[in-house]
Amino acid sequence: MEPLRIAVIAGGLSLEREVSLHSGARVTAALESRGHEVTLLDVDSQVIDRIEEMKPDVAYLALHGRMGEDGTVQGLLELIGVPFTGPDARASALSWDKAVAKGVWRRHGIPTPDWISLSSDAVRDLGAARVLPRVIERLPMPLVVKPAQGGASMGVGYVNQESDLTDALIGSFRYHPVAVVERFVAGTEIAVSIVDGEPLPPVEIDLPGRDSHRHYDFSARYTPGATTLHAPARLPADVLDAATAAAVLAYEECGARHVTRVDMIVDPDGQPWLLELDTCPGMTETSLLPAAAEAAGESFPSLCERIVAAAIS
Amino acid sequence: MSPVDPHLSRYASRANGMTASEIRALFAVASRPEVVSLAGGMPDVSVLDFPTVGEVAAQVFLTNGATALQYGGGQGTPALREQLTQVLQAEAISARADDLVVTAGGQQALDLLARLFINAGDVVLAEGPSYVGALSAFGQYEPEIVHVPMDADGLIPEALSDRLDQMAAQGRRAKMLYTIPNHQNPAGVSLSTDRRHALLALAERHDLMVIEDNPYGMLDFKNEARTPLVTLAPERVIYVGTLSKIFSPGMRVGWVLAPRSVRDKLVLFKEASDLCQSNVTQAIAEAWLRTQPWQDHVRSFTELYRERCDAMLSEIQTAFPAEARVAAPTGGMFAWVQLPAGIDTGAMLPRAINARVAYVPGRAFYAGPGGEQQMRLNFSYATAERIREGIRRLGKLVNDEMSLLEAFGR
Repeated sequence: MEPLRIAVIAGGLSLEREVSLHSGARVTAALESRGHEVTLLDVDSQVIDRIEEMKPDVAYLALHGRMGEDGTVQGLLELIGVPFTGPDARASALSWDKAVAKGVWRRHGIPTPDWISLSSDAVRDLGAARVLPRVIERLPMPLVVKPAQGGASMGVGYVNQESDLTDALIGSFRYHPVAVVERFVAGTEIAVSIVDGEPLPPVEIDLPGRDSHRHYDFSARYTPGATTLHAPARLPADVLDAATAAAVLAYEECGARHVTRVDMIVDPDGQPWLLELDTCPGMTETSLLPAAAEAAGESFPSLCERIVAAAIS
Repeated sequence: MSPVDPHLSRYASRANGMTASEIRALFAVASRPEVVSLAGGMPDVSVLDFPTVGEVAAQVFLTNGATALQYGGGQGTPALREQLTQVLQAEAISARADDLVVTAGGQQALDLLARLFINAGDVVLAEGPSYVGALSAFGQYEPEIVHVPMDADGLIPEALSDRLDQMAAQGRRAKMLYTIPNHQNPAGVSLSTDRRHALLALAERHDLMVIEDNPYGMLDFKNEARTPLVTLAPERVIYVGTLSKIFSPGMRVGWVLAPRSVRDKLVLFKEASDLCQSNVTQAIAEAWLRTQPWQDHVRSFTELYRERCDAMLSEIQTAFPAEARVAAPTGGMFAWVQLPAGIDTGAMLPRAINARVAYVPGRAFYAGPGGEQQMRLNFSYATAERIREGIRRLGKLVNDEMSLLEAFGR
């Protein structure tokens, strides 16, 4: 690949700033090792000026969270005509909101656990005493409650009994004013990464001693050794094929491109249930996409370069 | 698959608790200029005249370069220790240069003292809340930390007495008490004179060693003289001082004033740890104290912090819910705010970061449970105007949090 001038964009003011800086530093080092001229840029009020000044051939987006994955930065880059990695502004915005993405999947027959979206305003205006019993009536226990927007498992709460629902909702609303209350599917948690339209081997997330109180939370994600990743996932080939097909379909229906990761649970019957689609997948040592590439025999620098190549083709 | 951390199986057991933390990750945003950070603990060194610091440093190299650039002794240079006795004199403590051991800030003093005294399982008493850096330094040696509650007059002797009696009844005894008697971090309050005597009487009765950590003593808003514990019981109290709040934390100069037997052992541990304190920074600090009106700077720091503290307290009055409580700080750099029941300051932090304001959740200042309803706010670093803006943002989110809890019948 010809040497390129690349702006790696990371950081910003999102709650996931630290993870993003970590991803950005690794991607920068990897692309530099391949001979590219790389500048790492933090997202602040001057970022667009600095990108215009720098005139990069391409921007690598290592952003996580609000103002990074939500389509904002993508929209600005489209405005100034700089190619960038990952889905365009529209697809990013659509995938960023879990409730919206789930709606799209359901419309296209892609299995996703049954859910209800609930805003903190609705709870306030209608009264928790009226709203919560109806949620419980509609969705069978156990449940999982997530902020409709946000990543890194922040603000996610698990509901094993009716009395847990209030705490889970309050916890979620501290991160975002809309919560997705979803049926909890027990099974094997896997992630299918797709680079330039091609799926990589599914990665299985294995939490040692996993039980109803231990989940793939922030600490499990980012503490080296807290979680064991198996790639390819230890499931029958036909199950993995079906999961991969569902992931590719979700990727296509959301209008994603270049790089995306699809997270799902495979239930004991081998049925995949899609949870979310990550348009700026983590690139840290403990992240899922680099593990998938490694399982396919692809080094981290080569993975980064392939994503860049997709963005400029 | 290749392991994510090839050293994983090699770490010592004390590294087990070091996991990725969401709260720590959230603080990554706090350093951004868009965020009003009331979370840090930095002095405002803009009080100092930097060109003058530069001249003092240049003189050190011009007149004393060969020594400054060389190794030094484990106890610290005699010249600096001599100057430090003058600093102690300003706190009404008479000490000889030979009684002091210079350390890399007060923090290293706490680490060396913990290494010297704490065996795994030993009981260490500390105010509740207490300085998070001391809890971390002690924590490395795996003690059981027992907190003693405070009120507006500092640590409560009756509560200390109860704790000690409870332990005695179980056939256990505490090894030492760690206390910040002046403008405590994080509580902002000072130990009253009567209580100083009561505390030492209890220490005597239970044969308890006391570590008196006094980083903020001179930053007193009413310029009150407070009796150092070490002057009341020099054989029982080990005193830790620092230049971080009266000159510069970047100099990393702290010291321990201890009985001779303890001092000798500390020198050996200091040498084992880092051979010696940097001779360069020791020489600059010595020259600074010898040639500059450092007590004027202390007054400037104090005056600045008092104005900022006043701005913070008055804004809290208008912006926070009426049920919020804050004990007016007697000096120092921090205010400790108690929020209405039901609020968990740790859980509320993401909401604060989204609102572009940061604080330290109270639970950081307890080794076990505690502090859930409290937050520490710093008033030494941000300008009064920024502090007011930060408090307004905080007030709004506390009210949002309360209305959310109310909506759920909490």
